[in-house]
Amino acid sequence: MADLIYASLEELAGRLGRRELSAVELMQAVIARTKAVDDRVRAFNSFDEADALEQARASDARRAAGREAGPLEGIPIGFKDVIAVAGQPLTASSRMLANFVSPYDATVTAKLKAAGALCWGRLNLDEFAMGSSTENSARHVTANPWDLERVPGGSSGGSAAAVAAGEAPAALGSDTGGSIRQPAALCSVVGLKPSYGRVSRYGLIAFASSLDQIGPFTRTVGDAATVLGAIAGHDPRDSTSLPAPVPDYRRAVADFAASGRRWRLGIPKEYFGAGLDPEVGAAVQAAIEEYRRLGCEIREVSLPHTRYAVAAYYIIATAECSSNLARYDGVRYGHRSSAAKDVLELYFKSRAEGFGPEVKRRIILGTYVLSSGYYDAYYLRAQKVRTLIRRDFLAAYQEVDAILAPTSPTPAFKRGEKAADPLAMYLSDIYTIGVNLAGLPGLSLPCGFTRSGLPIGLQIIGQPFKEAELLGVARAYEARTAWGERRPAL
Amino acid sequence: MPDDLKLDHVANLARLELTPAEKERFAAQLGDVLAYIAQLNEVDVSGVEPTAHAFPVVNVWAEDVPVAGLPVEAALGNAPEQRDQMFVVPKVVE
Repeated sequence: MADLIYASLEELAGRLGRRELSAVELMQAVIARTKAVDDRVRAFNSFDEADALEQARASDARRAAGREAGPLEGIPIGFKDVIAVAGQPLTASSRMLANFVSPYDATVTAKLKAAGALCWGRLNLDEFAMGSSTENSARHVTANPWDLERVPGGSSGGSAAAVAAGEAPAALGSDTGGSIRQPAALCSVVGLKPSYGRVSRYGLIAFASSLDQIGPFTRTVGDAATVLGAIAGHDPRDSTSLPAPVPDYRRAVADFAASGRRWRLGIPKEYFGAGLDPEVGAAVQAAIEEYRRLGCEIREVSLPHTRYAVAAYYIIATAECSSNLARYDGVRYGHRSSAAKDVLELYFKSRAEGFGPEVKRRIILGTYVLSSGYYDAYYLRAQKVRTLIRRDFLAAYQEVDAILAPTSPTPAFKRGEKAADPLAMYLSDIYTIGVNLAGLPGLSLPCGFTRSGLPIGLQIIGQPFKEAELLGVARAYEARTAWGERRPAL
Repeated sequence: MPDDLKLDHVANLARLELTPAEKERFAAQLGDVLAYIAQLNEVDVSGVEPTAHAFPVVNVWAEDVPVAGLPVEAALGNAPEQRDQMFVVPKVVE
């Protein structure tokens, strides 16, 4: 079973295609693995075994009937519990949505189903995707599979942990300020945040609408290309999705590899300053040297407004969050307080009982920065700084194809270490947030381990809508290293 | 914390009831965050246009094709309380 639960999607698709393996057998192996380890990892909020096996049987029937099978036919994919799958729970790891059942599929879900993938369990997160450790979940705390005393990162901590622990061959997450890349780095898997607008957000529970983006967790770069290819594309139901054709990412990655493309790569000096853990810094430097040995051109670039990214982000993201979460009022869905005597009290008490502390903090902050008299000083100024941050990146891309940086300033931290200090937690996203503000694609892939065995991630930041090139850069490094092949002892 | 973060006023705008303990804790924590955020005042933003979305997409036209909406039963499926195909709420006017 070990070879099955850690096989790449590519390998699984091959075995399914040659009929050496059925989708039911694969699903059974994944269920067995999950049952064996998830009492320790706790990546899942829930899973529906009967439904998963039913989907697997349907996939085997399609294959038996001779329907043309794509690379995801029969492959189980886990879902961060903010992405709608019709008939399944959708909790956002919040008390507010503890009993919510999705009435429809998200666009990414519909696309994956159409590609033959199996919708596997619901994965834990920081409540409403607000956090960097998955400790803000109202469900339970997810452990890092590499060290059960430590956090898996967040907010998509369940997705990263499940893929790292062999509980899903791939998973979907969402990334608003680093919520795919940071947990991917802390759990030693590949995590890709696409360009803003590349993937439809329809059916994703909204946190910060100008920053949110859905993306895959996988164990290889090639697999990330496969999943991205399946979920990307214009959607009339998301007016911010880009009306442009989707490239064949798998082929593009193979073509770049075959041509031995020598990339021009930028190193932003602002990402290697104070606060960067020395072991993380050394691993990222070693990765840069590997690119140099590949014949890539390494150039220092400057992103001078980097130091303002976290501040601008916590204004923009909380402002959008306060607006988006206004819909949870106890009227149409979600938690309803039983203590309310009138409709106004219903709002106040339902929200007080349904939301956890971090969500409340962000609603308060977001409401404040948007309130009368403060809008220009905070929100408008932050949006202007966002323009400057974006310009920094676009100027750097005049000289380079992609940018290399650490994903997270530190390896996985211990549970409780930053839980009482929101600002310290916010600063753990310092290298990932600028990418969301600028709308760029970013990817984290394994690039080493600390002496104590904790994973380290290399972040590669691409140009707008050039995910193919981004994946090509990542694959060039992955092909020369074996960091992503290590497995946690569980 | 800045004097002007009137927590009661903001919580009222957000329709969010806070306990005295939450108010005390949030005031200190949000004070730290606001002090950190204040560094944006160092940035010269004169003449800089604000960015609302990283890639503004304009004039996206869609064919006006009628499609079935969510059936009433599905739309009411998560309602805390319902009656006669409507959401039930406590009395709004006396």
